[in-house]
Amino acid sequence: MKNCDTDIMQYLDGMQVTSHEILDKVENLYNNFDYNTFTKADVKNALSKDVLSISDYAALLSPAADEFLEQMAIRAKQETFKHFGNSVGLYTPLYIANYCENHCVYCGFNCMNKIHRAVLSEQEIDDELKAIANQGFKEILLLTGESRKKSSVEYIGKAITIAKKYFATIGIEIYPLNSDEYAYLNKLGADYVSVYQETYNRQKYAEQHLIGSKRVFPYRFNAQERALQGGMRGVCFGALLGLDDWRKDAFAVGCHAYLLQKKYPHAEISFSCPRMRPFINNSENNPKDVHERQLLQVILAYRIFMPFASINISTREQQSFRDGVVGMACNKISAGSKTGVGGHNGNEKGDEQFDISDPRDLVQINQMLESKGLQPVYTDSQYLI
Amino acid sequence: MQDKLVIGGKEFNSRFILGSGKFSLKFMQSVIDNAEVEMVTVALRRANIGGENNILDYIPKNITLLPNTSGARTAEEAVRIARLAREIGCGDFVKLEIIGDSKYLLPNNSETIKATEILANEGFIVMPYMYPDLYVARDLQLAGASAVMPLAAPIGTNKGLRTKDFIKILVDEIDLPIIVDAGIGKPSEACEAMEMGVSAIMANTAIATAGNVDMMAASFKNAIIAGRMAFLAKTGRVLENKAEASSPLTGFLED
Repeated sequence: MKNCDTDIMQYLDGMQVTSHEILDKVENLYNNFDYNTFTKADVKNALSKDVLSISDYAALLSPAADEFLEQMAIRAKQETFKHFGNSVGLYTPLYIANYCENHCVYCGFNCMNKIHRAVLSEQEIDDELKAIANQGFKEILLLTGESRKKSSVEYIGKAITIAKKYFATIGIEIYPLNSDEYAYLNKLGADYVSVYQETYNRQKYAEQHLIGSKRVFPYRFNAQERALQGGMRGVCFGALLGLDDWRKDAFAVGCHAYLLQKKYPHAEISFSCPRMRPFINNSENNPKDVHERQLLQVILAYRIFMPFASINISTREQQSFRDGVVGMACNKISAGSKTGVGGHNGNEKGDEQFDISDPRDLVQINQMLESKGLQPVYTDSQYLI
Repeated sequence: MQDKLVIGGKEFNSRFILGSGKFSLKFMQSVIDNAEVEMVTVALRRANIGGENNILDYIPKNITLLPNTSGARTAEEAVRIARLAREIGCGDFVKLEIIGDSKYLLPNNSETIKATEILANEGFIVMPYMYPDLYVARDLQLAGASAVMPLAAPIGTNKGLRTKDFIKILVDEIDLPIIVDAGIGKPSEACEAMEMGVSAIMANTAIATAGNVDMMAASFKNAIIAGRMAFLAKTGRVLENKAEASSPLTGFLED
């Protein structure tokens, strides 16, 4: 356990220390990003370019870009079509454990909350995965809370081995690992890793992550790089928009992904876009709230800046928003999501991390995609014997 | 007129190869009909055998499958994908795609040469996607490729024949079918490439992103036929850089 008075830059025993090259660059860009300096002309200039620079990306996240949202959507749709056609990938998440050793102030799973904790047995994992596969899914995202004790790397490895029986693509959203541990899970069948930095503001990060290994800022920041060094094919980035200044955090997310892909050109990059929903009654008081309009600006900026990247749309968002962005900027969508532990095979064993806003199952999501002229894609990778 | 495209000993009447990754599967049949293609590429990673929306279920049996190795980052991965494709019944044709850059999706020519040699030795009919480079094309030919597939522009960009001069060098120097793959955005560009002497055109994005995919498929078919006919007819005096004089310039010679 690490306490809230410790230095967030100080690694803990056992944590692999890697280069801070990208971290330093991202923090430098982050610190110098003054979004109020961008003008309408900067936004127009950015949208006129085939390939955007980091500065162009910054312009798209600025207040000046707000009135260009429709133009950004048009450009995003063109880019999405160029890179993905009308294909939309389908997947579902499975939480196999929700024990957590971190105290993140904003999170329902945090170790100070007295919630119903659970960890699935191997048999339960098998039953859950079989039930999911029987619905037609070929891609699974396995999640745990951040507890090495209750959901060890070996335990996650066993879950991956079971998942490989049923799925063509396995992603993991777990606590950050060392590169040799990523290599171990990659050999077992996981190819995609999601880690969210939550906020790139060090001060805010320290205030929000009071206890646990998650408090170590650079270890989390470099997780994607270690995953790639461990042989993973793809890595997913995101900030919890609304935790701090969303424009700055979204800017840092894009820079982080951009610089990592530049260093590892083969890396498949993806973005997720979680946000903290603003209190409705408070909506006019805080300019940093992330309403759907602001969330859309971020998603469109991701798409236009890195048109080849995959963008997922979360079930945290409501149906109308998800239906609006899928195919326009997002090329991947989850269906039948549960955020408690298990739950695809009947009973949920543990409490939920957050409420989902779109409960539609695979059949309903499939129907929605087809009604929009989009092609549901169940598998986009293949294990090689 | 007998004007067949021959690849790996197999004859085709159509010189249009359809990519399948970017439009709705339910339109596959009508696009194939409108394009009158005889060969369709399939990403093996999209094959969901026995499952929902399996692309292989949507391609008519009379069409030659051209499985591609998309997703492969190295020669080794590409070889394994090709073998898997053959195992599941996709035949001996393989469109070799080896891409180690997720941003530009440019082919890795050196890995492609390695994989071509391995697969050709295993009896595959190898059609490698490549960046148009004469040395590489020669190496691919030596490695046993049955065609070479140079890109016209970065994949998915619809930018047209940006590498025209380099593809023309391949047309002039390489004794294999030269099939332009990637970047063609409009039927007129397909026509221009065919007129220049390439053997066939592969397209996907240009059709998938059209307002009317069936009509665009038919338009490409017609453009490719027109370009081929122009090539066979041998273009006349109005040439870009080799204008012919109407009277011989050396007509004064007498003894």
